[in-house]
Amino acid sequence: MSGFGKPLKIALGLAVIAGLIIVPMNFNRYGLFILSQWAVMSIAAMGLNLTLGYAGQVSLAQGAFVGIGAYAAAIMTTHGWPLPAAILVAIALSFSVGWVLGYPALRVQHHYLAFVTLAFSTLAFLVFRNESWLTGGIYGISNIPRPHVLGIATNKPLPFYYVCLGSLAIVSVAVWWLIRSPWGRAFMALRENPLRAQSLGIDTRRYTLMAFAIGSALGGVAGALYAPLTQYIDPVPFNLSLSLDLLMMVIVGGAGFYFGPFLGAMIAVLLPEWLRFTEGYYLMLYAVAVMGLLIWSPTGILGILDRYLAERRTKAASALRAVAKSRLETAQ
Amino acid sequence: MSAVLEVTGIKKNFGGISAVDGVSFDVREGEILGLIGPNGCGKSTLFNCILGQLTPSGGEVKLDGKLVTGLRPAELNKLGVSRTFQLLQVFPKLSVRENLILAGQEHQGNMASRLVGRSDAGLTDAANQMIGFFKLDHLADEPAGGLSYGQQKLLDAAMAFMGGPRLVLLDEPAGGVNPSMLADLKDRLVAINREKNATFVVIEHNMEFVMSLCSRVMVMAEGKVLAMGRPDEVRKNPAVIEAYLGH
Repeated sequence: MSGFGKPLKIALGLAVIAGLIIVPMNFNRYGLFILSQWAVMSIAAMGLNLTLGYAGQVSLAQGAFVGIGAYAAAIMTTHGWPLPAAILVAIALSFSVGWVLGYPALRVQHHYLAFVTLAFSTLAFLVFRNESWLTGGIYGISNIPRPHVLGIATNKPLPFYYVCLGSLAIVSVAVWWLIRSPWGRAFMALRENPLRAQSLGIDTRRYTLMAFAIGSALGGVAGALYAPLTQYIDPVPFNLSLSLDLLMMVIVGGAGFYFGPFLGAMIAVLLPEWLRFTEGYYLMLYAVAVMGLLIWSPTGILGILDRYLAERRTKAASALRAVAKSRLETAQ
Repeated sequence: MSAVLEVTGIKKNFGGISAVDGVSFDVREGEILGLIGPNGCGKSTLFNCILGQLTPSGGEVKLDGKLVTGLRPAELNKLGVSRTFQLLQVFPKLSVRENLILAGQEHQGNMASRLVGRSDAGLTDAANQMIGFFKLDHLADEPAGGLSYGQQKLLDAAMAFMGGPRLVLLDEPAGGVNPSMLADLKDRLVAINREKNATFVVIEHNMEFVMSLCSRVMVMAEGKVLAMGRPDEVRKNPAVIEAYLGH
């Protein structure tokens, strides 16, 4: 079977979760902000991984959905609504807009689809910037409150980090469930061979729209956490470059791999911070590192692991065949 | 015997070229109908028109007496019409078993139950049976893309049977399959035809395969039906010899 034993995998998983809970306890404010941002971006990247990595539908609009979620949360919570209600509205709103954005995907694919979603991204940015009556325009929305969870205020960085981490955990479980359900299989069928999928009764239209809607809804969730994280939003963070960043997270981590977005978001959010000691060069080093990785492994970081495991499987299988062959020869 | 499929005057034009030019025939319940003809005579286009992958320029398709022209492929599949493809059409990154589960899952429950219900849609046993039936046991957990051409052809056929179809349209199932595997494939097709009472339409160039498998054979040439009848009748038909079989 696979290279790791199941108990080892579980132990590794628990260690990572425990580490994410315990280690940040003595982080400073900035460290916690970066880590919370990692959790939020992981959620958005998981959504894009669903649309792009699993269902194979290119989208350059995930950043716009983070924006939609962020504005929904900012507007509602500054008007006294609780954050959970705002998250639900953000989900509903980005799900419906994502569904509608899925319709072009029924007609165009690949880079044509990328251009359609890119146009949508620009449109969303213009709405955030120009519709000041709703969004505050270029001045944005400030004093976004953070929620109380089980009676505990999350104004301090550590409690709010736990809110982000807990949300990431819930989303991770939900996405894991979705991927291993027949829906996940149907999404992969869209990616690998839509023609064959149709002839097997798979309603490719409905699944394509669903892939867009669910992926976008996760972008909305990320946005609804981003607003109380920064406590101030304006249109700039939600322009096209966020969509491109999220796309890079998915590709670098490994599109179509469950853990890809976690790794991709880690690299996109944390690596620039770690490279800060190089001062003026850090963005350049970062760019070179990403280029190098993608030349070495076009399927991202998890693609390297996947190749290694596949090689081990092939070796194991050839060894078995060799044994079987020698037995056969002895028998003769 | 009643007709499962009735095709009346199907036409398909691509620009000025008429690929299928008014083809009519019916397929009887439980029969295996062969469809032969020179390359480019419109066999595959006819299949695609029947299956909703192409919209016919004219004519009607009836399934069990009900008009189904213009239905989408997925809708037709839900009504029990399945197909295989001339060129390999499996899901290369999914394992053989996953390919088969995928092939059957949309015939189980509804969208909601497929989201909250079991991951395998309750199809692991059925998939394993199909794997055993097509002798793919040792490959069950391998990615389908790693199989040989002939094995992928078998998998493609196995996938077409997962939903328990009434009517299966097979497009060159024997192409590229080695002789011993071909004998196996024929046995499997005959068994499914008899035991599950599935009706087949088979496009094939391998004459021995067609003549021994099919109860009737339809010959097409230049988008039209040239002849239709028992294999031995068709084989002797001078027009068929002229257009296709050769002297």
